[in-house]
Amino acid sequence: MLTRLGLIAALSLGTATIAMAQDATPTDGGKLVFTAPYGNSITSLDITATPHTQDEIVAKALNRSLYKWNPEKGQPELDLAESVEKSDDGKTYTYKLKEATFHNGDKLDADDVLWSYNRLADPKKALPGAEQMLQIAGVSEFQAGTADQISGLKKIDDMTVEITVTNLADPGWNLMSNYAPIYSKDYAEDQLASKPNGLGPFKMANYVAGSKIELVKFEDYFEEGKPHLDKLDIMLMGEASARDVAFRNGEIDVNILGPVQYEAYGQDDALKDNILEVAEVYTRNIGFNPKVEAFQDKRVRQAINYAINKDLIVEKLLKNKAYPAVSWLPVSSPAFDRNAEPYAYDPEKSKELLKEAGYETGLSFSVTATPNESWGVPIVEAIIPMLSKVGVQVTTDPVESAVLSDKILSDNFETFIWSNSSGPDALKYLTCFYSKTSQTACNYVKFSNPEFDKLVEQAGSETDPAKQADILRQANNVLQEEAPVWFFNYNKAVMAYQPWVHGLKPNSMELAIQDYEDIWIDADAPASRK
Amino acid sequence: MLRFILRRTLQIIPTLLVVVLIIFVIFSVVPGSFISSLMSEGRNATNADVMAHLNQQFGLDKPLLVRLGDYLWGLAQFDLGISYRTREPVWNVIEPRLWPSIKLALAAMFFAAIIGIPLGFIAALKPGSMIDSGTMMLAISGLSLPEFWFGLLLMYVFALQLGWLPSFGYQADSIRHIILPAIALGVSPMALLARTTRAGVLDVMNADFVRTARAKGLSEPRLVRGHVARNVLVLVLTTLGLQVGSLMGQAIVIEKLFSWPGIGSLLVDSVAARDIPVVQGAVIVIVLWFLVINMLVDVAYAAIDPRIKVT
Repeated sequence: MLTRLGLIAALSLGTATIAMAQDATPTDGGKLVFTAPYGNSITSLDITATPHTQDEIVAKALNRSLYKWNPEKGQPELDLAESVEKSDDGKTYTYKLKEATFHNGDKLDADDVLWSYNRLADPKKALPGAEQMLQIAGVSEFQAGTADQISGLKKIDDMTVEITVTNLADPGWNLMSNYAPIYSKDYAEDQLASKPNGLGPFKMANYVAGSKIELVKFEDYFEEGKPHLDKLDIMLMGEASARDVAFRNGEIDVNILGPVQYEAYGQDDALKDNILEVAEVYTRNIGFNPKVEAFQDKRVRQAINYAINKDLIVEKLLKNKAYPAVSWLPVSSPAFDRNAEPYAYDPEKSKELLKEAGYETGLSFSVTATPNESWGVPIVEAIIPMLSKVGVQVTTDPVESAVLSDKILSDNFETFIWSNSSGPDALKYLTCFYSKTSQTACNYVKFSNPEFDKLVEQAGSETDPAKQADILRQANNVLQEEAPVWFFNYNKAVMAYQPWVHGLKPNSMELAIQDYEDIWIDADAPASRK
Repeated sequence: MLRFILRRTLQIIPTLLVVVLIIFVIFSVVPGSFISSLMSEGRNATNADVMAHLNQQFGLDKPLLVRLGDYLWGLAQFDLGISYRTREPVWNVIEPRLWPSIKLALAAMFFAAIIGIPLGFIAALKPGSMIDSGTMMLAISGLSLPEFWFGLLLMYVFALQLGWLPSFGYQADSIRHIILPAIALGVSPMALLARTTRAGVLDVMNADFVRTARAKGLSEPRLVRGHVARNVLVLVLTTLGLQVGSLMGQAIVIEKLFSWPGIGSLLVDSVAARDIPVVQGAVIVIVLWFLVINMLVDVAYAAIDPRIKVT
């Protein structure tokens, strides 16, 4: 049986590659009891209507998209298409669809793809998944009401679709999203939220809102020999302590761990050998609002980065369930610079910089923060004495999560502490710091730097992945130098699993989202799983 | 009696109006909106166009008074509106949560009553004794136990250590799944019932009519059964009614801990997501439950005590 999986070392492929060396040949049958740990409910069984990870955990079992994320290779790959051809100008993609069947028996065809993407982009539907359609040519005209259909989508024949995009970026990054599934055009749209009908490996058997979703194997799933499991129960369990008891009691098969449990499980002989870790693509940071005059000076922003001992916070408060951040892009990004050094803890240097910037007599600001244990009020409380030593006085502005985003989007903050997506698509997430990206889109700190802009533009028109990664690496280094945020940490996601569970993958996008079709349980599983 | 029920039913309407108004005012003052809740995971998944269309679709761009008017007009037609989160009618979101909530409240109250009332009687019949002191210590402990901690303790002992019961979850046809959440939720009302019953019994035991009955040679068991119990029942029933009525709203922590699909956890999730129509709907259901239970208690008074007339 595989031992503990330390995955941070696997940087070169962009994500952790020490997949579960879970030997043996998969066996079919049995039941997995999975957990969705981000609350006690899901929003909707129609994933296009919601932007929440909790819903994605369920959607991954029910639906399929044109592409999928390959956690081992760290890149998107075709899922519902068997092949793709790219035009010479690099903007038109022709997909040959696979033979696949929806849960209600409908067969997948090109019209389903066109219908699903038109629906997603339809402004009248106001679906959060519309974000994934923006790269397709003609979407802006369609959304503005000047076109009835998306011009960049074309049916060539029943099983062939042509998609034209507006730039040279691989559309797989957007079209692999779980928020952009392919639905059947012939299925009643108003049924999707309660009676989902997807192309995924499992179909709905029973849904107890606020408690669990029971799924059964879809016999006509398009991948030969999959899924291995007969049944999949997804328990909606937001309480970490309740999950802990249930996991130790063998009632659930996986458990997403917080810092305290991470430490406890690591010291428990019965549990420590079945832990899966991955560096997720989230960067925790404190964003500086340039409307505060002091933050317009790079030296002040750098001084704050030097003044905080983030290694100590990661060790003591987060129990090492995080990787201290170097810059914006996480360690799992192909554009992460392995030679770059993080800001060192250097209060003297910090004082010098503050003095040079004219703030030797002091500086004060507030940090808007949620109660989150890994990137909220407890962290702010830890940095207060560190910053105080260099003459910076910090106060906390505690809020709940909906208020945090509200304050940021309305520019009503001095600084904020948040956990933001920083991958896997390095270009997409560095574009958040592009000067033309609005604050409401994702340039929350209104960052503007000509050198950075130039590099992002250059990367956007580069088709060679290696060259593009190199340019983005430079951009990421500019970002580190400019320090528009305090680079705190990259999340280390940790999942504990029962010894009879196999096929889990170190998904750096979100560890709680698994390729259920590849999971199987062995002969040692208890009777309740057989 | 019928007039009484009709009058009490009509009294529910202004109460609900006040509740609706309070929620509207609160959510217009507190920061955060449904749109901002979509961004709460920091994943940049919602663009500005989508936000604008969502605002328009749900009428969030209209003035507060217009929204309030629209809501009240819908309510007058028994329409609770559309959930912002699920985009389904609010009733469709609430309805599956109703029976699990009622079931948990009744199970918790059943536990509270079968333990609390006898304990109160026993303590009162031997005032000052070890039994009395022990019972009241138990009652005070029950009142002061944090529900979350007590629930975890039950999970640890009865699920993890003894393996007798499941630690979490809901199954419509399973009694085993309801036992731990019902005990965790019922321990506080149990303690309150024990204390109330004890106080009531002590009070009645010192009443003139009990002294007279005792002087006439009535045996202690007959005295307790025929005179004390019946008189104490009104007080116990009042406490019971108030507790059953409020348990649906109080079950939030327990529902979250045990993954129990009740109204309480729905309410919390909806508040966090600023899904105001569902918050309104859930609060209306909780208030209605409280009012109906208390009306039934008032009706029951007449059946228990002939001196009481409901008009």
